[in-house]
Amino acid sequence: METRQSMLASVLPALASLTKRGLAGWITVIGSGMVISIVLMTLLAPWISPYNPSAINIGPRFCPPNGQFPLGTNHLGQDMLSRVFSGGSIMLQVAALSVVVCLVIGVPIGLLASYAGGNLDKVCSLVMDSVYAFPALVLAIAIAAILGTGVVNMALAIAVVYVPSYFRIIRSQVLTIKELLYTEAARATGAKGRTILLRYILPNVIPSIVVVATVNFADAILTAAGLTFVGLGVAKDIPDWGWDLTDGRALLPSGAWWVITFPGLMIVLLALGFTLIGEGLSELLHPRLEQ
Amino acid sequence: MPLLEVDSLTVDYRARRGNIRAVDDLSFSLEKGETLGLVGESGSGKSTLGLSLIRLVPYPGVIVNGSIRIDGTDILNLSEEEMRLIRGRKVTYVFQDPMTSLNPVKKIGDHFVELIRTHESNISDEEALKRAKILLNDVGILPERINDYPHQFSGGMRQRIMIALAIALNPDLVIADEPTTALDVIVQAKILDLLKSLRDKYGMALILITHDLSIVLERCDKIIVMYAGHLIEYVNSTDLHRNPRHPYTQGLLRSIPNIELTDQKLEAIPGSPPDLLNPPKGCRFWPRCSYAMKICHTKEPPVIDVEHSHVVRCFLYGGA
Repeated sequence: METRQSMLASVLPALASLTKRGLAGWITVIGSGMVISIVLMTLLAPWISPYNPSAINIGPRFCPPNGQFPLGTNHLGQDMLSRVFSGGSIMLQVAALSVVVCLVIGVPIGLLASYAGGNLDKVCSLVMDSVYAFPALVLAIAIAAILGTGVVNMALAIAVVYVPSYFRIIRSQVLTIKELLYTEAARATGAKGRTILLRYILPNVIPSIVVVATVNFADAILTAAGLTFVGLGVAKDIPDWGWDLTDGRALLPSGAWWVITFPGLMIVLLALGFTLIGEGLSELLHPRLEQ
Repeated sequence: MPLLEVDSLTVDYRARRGNIRAVDDLSFSLEKGETLGLVGESGSGKSTLGLSLIRLVPYPGVIVNGSIRIDGTDILNLSEEEMRLIRGRKVTYVFQDPMTSLNPVKKIGDHFVELIRTHESNISDEEALKRAKILLNDVGILPERINDYPHQFSGGMRQRIMIALAIALNPDLVIADEPTTALDVIVQAKILDLLKSLRDKYGMALILITHDLSIVLERCDKIIVMYAGHLIEYVNSTDLHRNPRHPYTQGLLRSIPNIELTDQKLEAIPGSPPDLLNPPKGCRFWPRCSYAMKICHTKEPPVIDVEHSHVVRCFLYGGA
């Protein structure tokens, strides 16, 4: 508990200081606010949900939003508010896991291949570019269909699709940095290849990696929702915004707009939050126009 | 035995459009504690020569011929790992642009710790930092600033830090490649004086690469004048100043402004350096030379010793 408090105590001033850095700072803070609130909401769902999100026949079926069920109920009589509270859990796990996998695979490959150059670089670039050329969601669906359902498989499917974006960004940065004078100077003082890669190139690439990772997070959320939407997600008894989209789409013609709207809104807000962080950070870390 | 012996060194850039001979059959030697000035226009091959001394000629450059002996060992025969141990320890290189020569994400102290521990792994971080502070003090940077980042220093200060890094392991030879070109005149003089005083203090040899003949004349023992990859004159600086032999060197000396001669018009050498993809036949300087003879158009002049180690590459002094 103490560590959690100290974490909060260090995060909040950091965010507050960002607001002093102009529009980009504000965008980052707003994005972080959205993401943090949604993550907190999902974490606290078991305590703040008025009903069990999976229990059926809690209320009447197709009940529009009212005092007892603020976001209405679906075709099984499940409480939509409780489902909105807890439905992000799988999606966040999948997205986080896929970003970790992307980092673990994409960053070392990108660094090594582009630093070594030559044939290794050519082969890696070719493979990555071919993956990159596929439409992301279609490829993710294909891979998920092969791997099967479940959090880990979804994360892997998404990771495969997004590794090339890490590779490309890292490669372009490494190619620039390895020609810079400070890398040359390190080489001229007898630094080992490993030292140059880990101490000179990697730290200077990290800002770009952070930006790609946040944007990747947003994309992963949308892709995870897409995978669940087409039935490649987790089992149906676990509340998930993706499933609610599938159900809500079928229910929409009958006039039950609330079943699809609120989970959809949550997905949009979460992805938007990450995109804002990414945009803000990229502006803060790579100032293009000095004011 | 001289500290550095370069013998008929030839370096090519194998560019797609053709072979460029950036350093052509160049020989010289350097004793411990000596300062050598390497003068030439942009593209004359002076940086390529400097970089080949630590075997870091950039791609697609290749050392095609010759030998470079440091303390008697030909470094061209060493493995990459053996060469790595020489760089930074025996021979170090100070680059032209101090603004980008330091890693922006590392503190000044970390640069020293890393360098020292690369070559002396038994030294603790604290010990390395202690040494770094002494070195910073030597180059006129407050030792307290060891925890600052490169962007917190000015260009002149960064060049001082680069020099401190270069001398950190007490090398035998420091190669300074246009160390002051990016700095203003006052800072320039201070940096050059600093290099000179450090050379005297630590007894290392110094190679000063520059396009500015006036700054090497007063600070170097020996001077090599390069033109289009050729060594064209190699002599001690007093004789070069008093009695330049090669028409190009004479032209360079006449183009140095002299504040005492106010009426004198500054002379320039007409024309521009040749395209090294298609160098002129014969002497590479003849299209710009006012003494050019018939033989200069057809034959490459040999390197001749005109009088006790005053070396010139010109038909005016024989060899025809």
